[in-house]
Amino acid sequence: MTGLLYALASLGAFALVAGLVLAIAQKVFHIEGDPMVEKLDALLPQTQCGQCGYPGCKPYAVAVASSEAEVNHCVPGGERTMLQIADLMGVEPKDLEAEPAAPMLAFVREDECIGCTLCIKACPVDAIIGAPKQYHTVVADHCTGCNLCVEPCPVDCIDMLMKPELIEHWSWPLPDTKRAQLGHERREQHAGHG
Amino acid sequence: MPAMVRKLAQRLGMLQHSFVGGVHPNMHKLTADIAIEECDIAPVHVLPMKQHIGEICSPLVGVGDLVLRGQKIARSEGYLSVPVHAPTSGRVVKIEEHTIPHPSGMGLPSIFIESDGDDKNDESRAPISDWINTDPTQLRERARMCGLAGLGGAVFPTFIKLVQDKRFPIETVVLNGIECEPYLTNDHRLMLEHAEEILEGMAIIMHMVGADSGIIAVEDNKQDAADTMQQALDARSDMENVVVLVLPTRYPQGSEKQLIYTLTGREVPAGKLPMHIGVLCQNVGTTKALYDAVVLGKPLTERTVTVSGDALPNPTNLRVRLGTPVRTLFARQGLEDFSDIQIVHGGPMMGERLKNPDFPVVKSSTGLLAMSVQAMKAAHTVEQPCIRCGHCSEACPVSLVPNLLADQCRSDQFEKAAQYDLFDCIECGACSYVCPSNIPLVHYFRYGKGQLALQRREDSFAEASRKRSEARDARIEREKAEKAARRTRVRQTHAPKTDEAKAETAAETGGGAKPAAEATVADSKTVESKD
Amino acid sequence: MSLIMLSSPHAHGGDSIRMIMLTVMLALLPAAGVSVYLFGWMAVLLIVTCMLTALMTEALCLKWMGRPVSTLLDNSAALTGLFLALTLPAATPWWMAVLGSVFAIVLGKQLYGGLGYNIFNPALSARVILLISFPLNMTTWIMPMSASMGAVEPVINLYDFSTCVTLFFAGPGALGFDAISMASPLGYIKTEATLGVPVADALNAYGYSYLDAFLGFEAGSIGETSALALLIGGIFLLARHSITWHIPFSYIVTVLLLAWLFNALNPDQFATPMFHLFAGGLILCAFFMATDPVSSPVTPLGQVVFGVGCGVITWSIRTWGGYPEGAMFAVLLMNCAVPLIDHYFRPRVYGHKHRNES
Repeated sequence: MTGLLYALASLGAFALVAGLVLAIAQKVFHIEGDPMVEKLDALLPQTQCGQCGYPGCKPYAVAVASSEAEVNHCVPGGERTMLQIADLMGVEPKDLEAEPAAPMLAFVREDECIGCTLCIKACPVDAIIGAPKQYHTVVADHCTGCNLCVEPCPVDCIDMLMKPELIEHWSWPLPDTKRAQLGHERREQHAGHG
Repeated sequence: MPAMVRKLAQRLGMLQHSFVGGVHPNMHKLTADIAIEECDIAPVHVLPMKQHIGEICSPLVGVGDLVLRGQKIARSEGYLSVPVHAPTSGRVVKIEEHTIPHPSGMGLPSIFIESDGDDKNDESRAPISDWINTDPTQLRERARMCGLAGLGGAVFPTFIKLVQDKRFPIETVVLNGIECEPYLTNDHRLMLEHAEEILEGMAIIMHMVGADSGIIAVEDNKQDAADTMQQALDARSDMENVVVLVLPTRYPQGSEKQLIYTLTGREVPAGKLPMHIGVLCQNVGTTKALYDAVVLGKPLTERTVTVSGDALPNPTNLRVRLGTPVRTLFARQGLEDFSDIQIVHGGPMMGERLKNPDFPVVKSSTGLLAMSVQAMKAAHTVEQPCIRCGHCSEACPVSLVPNLLADQCRSDQFEKAAQYDLFDCIECGACSYVCPSNIPLVHYFRYGKGQLALQRREDSFAEASRKRSEARDARIEREKAEKAARRTRVRQTHAPKTDEAKAETAAETGGGAKPAAEATVADSKTVESKD
Repeated sequence: MSLIMLSSPHAHGGDSIRMIMLTVMLALLPAAGVSVYLFGWMAVLLIVTCMLTALMTEALCLKWMGRPVSTLLDNSAALTGLFLALTLPAATPWWMAVLGSVFAIVLGKQLYGGLGYNIFNPALSARVILLISFPLNMTTWIMPMSASMGAVEPVINLYDFSTCVTLFFAGPGALGFDAISMASPLGYIKTEATLGVPVADALNAYGYSYLDAFLGFEAGSIGETSALALLIGGIFLLARHSITWHIPFSYIVTVLLLAWLFNALNPDQFATPMFHLFAGGLILCAFFMATDPVSSPVTPLGQVVFGVGCGVITWSIRTWGGYPEGAMFAVLLMNCAVPLIDHYFRPRVYGHKHRNES
């Protein structure tokens, strides 16, 4: 009986000491790292489209950091961004709610433009140039395809066109062998299970 | 010779330097003894606007214009670019997109020229026979304006390399006559038939870059070419410091970095160029083209092409005008039915397999091979699991570990692959050649490199978008602050009047129309300044 | 063919997994031949049983995994069966041979994902499982024909088919023996060492002869006794470029160096290098087991490190460990370290100053 008591006492004491040491270490060695919000924002595609339900990428990052929003809301970011966010937050990946659309670019039909500047104000990255009573035009290299300029246009002269595939940006797909597809699928499956 | 014996011999100083790895594919030099034939001019030539590494050119001519052979028809836009010239005299019939020999099957804007049969030359460029006394800068401009690009297949704009940079003086010019790809015999025949012109071209290069010495490197399966070059060299008195070196046949001996190591024992540092270690490499075909451009005043309008393959009835070497439809060339050599044929543009180790022969000859067309379906199937059998035998790593001339890299690329671990030096891969194909599991290693590397490039592009675009978004937010904040400041100032100038009026009317009526009217005036002023 | 994208190179050297495995099996022919000469029908029964069981097990596994059964034509299962048979003692009962083969294929290979994915050498992992599960049987050596050292009664005629069949399927009891066992040279000097007998005296008492050990006339597993036969096979493999010299050379040289060093310090306690070279499964493991491509490092320097590690562990277990033979444990232990070795001992890439630099 006394043996049992000694064992309990010594192990208990050890556990207590270990706990105290850990608590002290957490306070003493605490590192002020990058805020989670900045890290999350760095993973987002900066389309500023609002499809996640938040007015921009930074607000979504804030919401994810405070665990208010799920990790799978970013549509343009797609699977890759969702996995990265889940990895950073240390949570299980969730299936995407919507498939990311093909990359689009906004295009203003200048003949019909009335120069109202409403689209210029709507663009979250200032990719439309123009002035009141002057033609507006989209700077294609800056456009993120977020779609926010289409609705404000009173004469509906903005089209969303498919981003042209440049031969310089063409890249080889995965080999068409069964093993390549299998290996790729397995990786994605495993990625989905953390 | 087994790799380990060779390494030991090198260490003991018994053997010259020799690059690591490499393979010995069957050389199939079917056309080595066939003299270069002149190919007829095609009825219509198709000239894509980009036949080089760098920026695309823009057309200088319009539909209906008449052009002469050698006339500039497209101008370069940007530094890394060379112009395009008409291959024969004729009329521009259309300018539209046409397929180019690219694995994607995509096309580029191209100028279509219908030949008039006269083949009249554009004589505007004067021959420079006294090049030895000509300023190298002028010669460099001649190389650029004549559209010269690396004819060994890399099509790097030649003029860019032919420069004298005080920080990196060139000591040695290497004439690359190795031609290690199976089937191809362009350089072999050029050396046999145009040795003097090639040497003159090499002398011009040495003058342009200020190099003292030169090496003409030839593989030992072209001993006759080496002898011919040696004879031509002996006949000249001004190239004392140039030697002909015959190297053992091994693929990829002709790869620039491997060749430089074999010849000089020095490695080109990662991320740097041969000029940084004082060496300049130039292909035999490019050198002859430089001779033509400088001494004869002829821009690049034609090139030699080896038309060969195990399924071609009459393999040969042709001198072809750029823009000639490839289908015509195959038909000339007896092949018209492509149902059981696989077309390869270039050599079998690094060339592209294309779906059909409906593309034009371009500056990078070193070879046009018609392979049988069986031969192609034998080269691409079912992929099996990697057994980690290590043969790929032994064969790699860059000393990478291909099996680990391929596994990383397949499982999307691209950053890890980049860490394992994926971007040092020269895509020579030696690893896939030896793999007993038939893993398409180079395909995986290309996939991985493409995905990494895509991710880096997306990341930098996202970064730029974020900056623009933040700049916009800052701008809006600034404007709000300015408006608020203005409003405060306006209120301050108008405020006393309003308060006094309010106090008076409040005393009289306790709020009514008058103060309302004045309040409205003040309000409308505020409304204006808000917008 | 015309629709899919094919990347260069559009040429192939013609090498295949089947050819590689076949080459190794050819290299094992001398050892297999000697095993039949020494152990008669027992060797034949063991080899046939192990190979057949391995092939059938692999066929079943492939079927259950939904993979084409024709995959077993890549000769890897047959090779594993042959390897396992050559590491077994001649008196192994039939069911242990079958069990071993099943373990080798299922636990040693298929469970990891099939060929190319196993971390451990399949034949060796099965051998170790058998050794730990059935230690008595796995250290029961019977006298080979034409041998004279360490002779112990009774001597069984292994050239007699019915005797061997009875022994294989029914055990020594059916032949009228309570037990059959004799010590291998390694086992003998280890037991004698615990009694304080110097190595040289123990070997004399055993009737040990270096020549007999080199040729194979000693007790041991059926395939490991003949150093000569195995060396012939090993040189064949080197000549055919199936293996590189790094692993066998570094493995054996390490053992020889350690043995020589300690033997020079204390010859009574530590055996000579030559003894270690010909004893147990060193040459078999060095040339055939450690060089198994799937479970060994890919990079040359990594292979040397692997070989040195195997050598150190083999010699240490033989000298100080509980088991008389350490080679198979050594290889398995080093197999664990292979991914790490591969990561840290990559070759220096062209144009870079140091290895592992990106």
